[in-house]
Amino acid sequence: MAYVAIADRDAPIHHPHSFIERYIWSQDHKVIAIQYAIVAIFVGLVALVLSGLMRLQLGFPEQFHFVDPEHYYQFITMHGMIMVIYLLTALFLGGFGNYLIPLMCGARDMVFPYMNMLSFWVYLLAVIVLLASFFVPGGPTGAGWTLYPPQAVLTGTPGAGLGIKLMLISLAIFIVAFTMGGLNYVTTVLQARCRGMTLMRMPLSVWGIFMATILGLLAFPALFVSAVMMTLDGTLGTSFFMPAVYSMGQPLDHNGGSPLLFQHLFWFFGHPEVYIVALPAFGIVSDLLSTHARKNIFGYRMMVWAILAIGGLSFVVWAHHMYVSGMNPYFGFFFATTTLIIAVPTAIKVYNWVLTLWKGDIHLTVPMLFAIGFIFTFVHGGLTGLFLGNVTVDLPLSDTYFVVGHFHMVMGVSPILVVFGAIYHWYPKITGRMWNERLGQIHFWMTFLGTYAIYLPMHYLGILGVPRRYYALGNTEFLPQSVHTINAAITIAALVVAASVVIFLYNMIVSLWRGEKAPSNPWKATTLEWQTPDTPPAHGNWGPRLPEVHRWAYDYSVPGAPDDFIPQNVPVDPKLGSGRDHGVHH
Amino acid sequence: MSNTAIFVALFAGVAVWLGVASRLTAKPWENREQPGDVGALKSSPARIGLWLFMAVATSLFSLFLSAYSMRMHQSIGWCHLTIPRIVYANTLVLAAASLAMQLASSAVGRGRRELARNALVAAGALSIAFLAGQVFAWQEIGPSLYFIQGSPAIAFFYVLTTLHGLHLLGGLYVIGRAATRFAGGAELIDLRQTFSLCAIYWHFLLLVWLAVFAVLLFL
Repeated sequence: MAYVAIADRDAPIHHPHSFIERYIWSQDHKVIAIQYAIVAIFVGLVALVLSGLMRLQLGFPEQFHFVDPEHYYQFITMHGMIMVIYLLTALFLGGFGNYLIPLMCGARDMVFPYMNMLSFWVYLLAVIVLLASFFVPGGPTGAGWTLYPPQAVLTGTPGAGLGIKLMLISLAIFIVAFTMGGLNYVTTVLQARCRGMTLMRMPLSVWGIFMATILGLLAFPALFVSAVMMTLDGTLGTSFFMPAVYSMGQPLDHNGGSPLLFQHLFWFFGHPEVYIVALPAFGIVSDLLSTHARKNIFGYRMMVWAILAIGGLSFVVWAHHMYVSGMNPYFGFFFATTTLIIAVPTAIKVYNWVLTLWKGDIHLTVPMLFAIGFIFTFVHGGLTGLFLGNVTVDLPLSDTYFVVGHFHMVMGVSPILVVFGAIYHWYPKITGRMWNERLGQIHFWMTFLGTYAIYLPMHYLGILGVPRRYYALGNTEFLPQSVHTINAAITIAALVVAASVVIFLYNMIVSLWRGEKAPSNPWKATTLEWQTPDTPPAHGNWGPRLPEVHRWAYDYSVPGAPDDFIPQNVPVDPKLGSGRDHGVHH
Repeated sequence: MSNTAIFVALFAGVAVWLGVASRLTAKPWENREQPGDVGALKSSPARIGLWLFMAVATSLFSLFLSAYSMRMHQSIGWCHLTIPRIVYANTLVLAAASLAMQLASSAVGRGRRELARNALVAAGALSIAFLAGQVFAWQEIGPSLYFIQGSPAIAFFYVLTTLHGLHLLGGLYVIGRAATRFAGGAELIDLRQTFSLCAIYWHFLLLVWLAVFAVLLFL
């Protein structure tokens, strides 16, 4: 039996028959994407509330007695872990990956729909196990999101009993869920593209999600390994990571384990994780900028190569998170060098985004505002990364608020701005309704200015030497009064940003009923998901026939063309050039 | 650890480049009709899915083995494990299972139903025998918590064999389903892919086991 390419097969892959099959145990990638997104956003809101509580304590110490030191560390830990893994990873790959890959590639669904469904339900299980740790004796773990041993499993650390175990088990379950989803995303991109959709005609969103998934598939096993070994250290009393420890004057049973080994394993996962979050954001923001500036993306091939290069390099920089752990100077030199090298492809991407805007026909729609905002916050966070990538600069700054400012700017605010932009951008396709423009603009400005008000002063605090991870600063001699004033101001800004999220949620939920009916292609975009016969796309996406692609995804403002965009499925007219040839000169 | 990383990165880089260099240098903006590379990897999604899964499992086991090596070199008082004799026998059994699976796969390909059935049964039985043998090895090393806590080498042995065993159990679930279809009278032509993928997976598990065994023996 000869193999028939998926693009040559007709008829949808499976048919849902009942309400439950359609919306709950659904195998449709669009429903699974929405399920993923709802759970991820819900758990993200939990983490947002936790950060608000921490800020209350930091801004107004000793005013809020329900935040004691123990709770503070639990909030920090859960906030970090939830935001990085259960919100951003799940939302970008499980949410946007699921929704966009089949639609942008011109497929009817993922290639393994059943496994895709399982992926979501296992993810939900991971979230439930994680949240369950709030309700067990001792509460969730307070070991910090990096869960460094030995303190993570020693008594004295909050949640050292059940909390840490539930955290590790939840992570292991999450990794199983991610692997099932990830195999789907990669195989779908490789095998299920429609006719004419060559790799180099794929929109950059798909490239970003594709590469991020590959990173995840190879990097998450490192977290799995460390979670398994730490669980055994905590339950059976093995000594993989646990050195000989005296606790309250008594020797514990552990002997000879290596805490550094954990750090290596954790960061071998942890650094690619940064790019698992960043690459989809890079891809999506490229498409938003190009669409709303009515111009082809500048340097498409370079953008693809940069994604691949960043993906490869992200596996050889992990130890820059461990400069203060102590290491051979040559080792530090090596990792500082690779860290600075990774700035090259990243900078290329930034230049290309800016050059895409250059002389474009910029429409300041809400998604575009978020995309442009991303360029600002990402450049800002990226530049402080250059400071911290150097061993000698990192050592004094590592345990200060400078680092908190840096990583929140580069992998907190920046990807979240893209998430917001992407939700505004695709909302009309997903729901068939438009949102309220004015509320969207208010949301943007509150978020953008608010996050700057939060994180910019943190760099200054860091340079003053304000230590991070501290529950309260007390009357520390070397800190001027301005530190306390700034901390109060940051807290107020944080509450304002949190309020803006309420506006966002209100806008999204109310627009489901009250919003104007959306046209099928409101942004006049070229990519395939806007060319579906139904809005929102029906089961099977494309009606009786799969689309056929004749051009790349960025034919905007092509001279001589009747409209300022030509969708990918429109055949080539030999009389017309392409946007790339002329777009810059008009 | 860093050696593994460099190796994995190099390997992945070369593989990616060889596979896609010509595609990645295309100039899509010229809007020439391009030879579509749809389905250009001439194989089914299931086959690609399996190879990807094996890549993930390779990453998992190499990280475990790197951890083993680092734990060994970074600590004092490391005590090597004396590997029980039965593990050598187990290795041979697993190799035989892998061979039997290959035989079953090629028998299905050539339409020989009887041979395929016998080989499949043999592969399943040998795999179960391997797992039983591993459990015997545990007994021999000492299943008490005292040993597991006392020696990281023993703890690693338990973790690695368990993990490998779980992968094998997953494979057994798949051939169990294939066997049900087979017994239910499914056409051989419909079973070809499943059998061929199972054979690949069994070879992979044999290779993983050999790597684990070699590290435990020689490192």
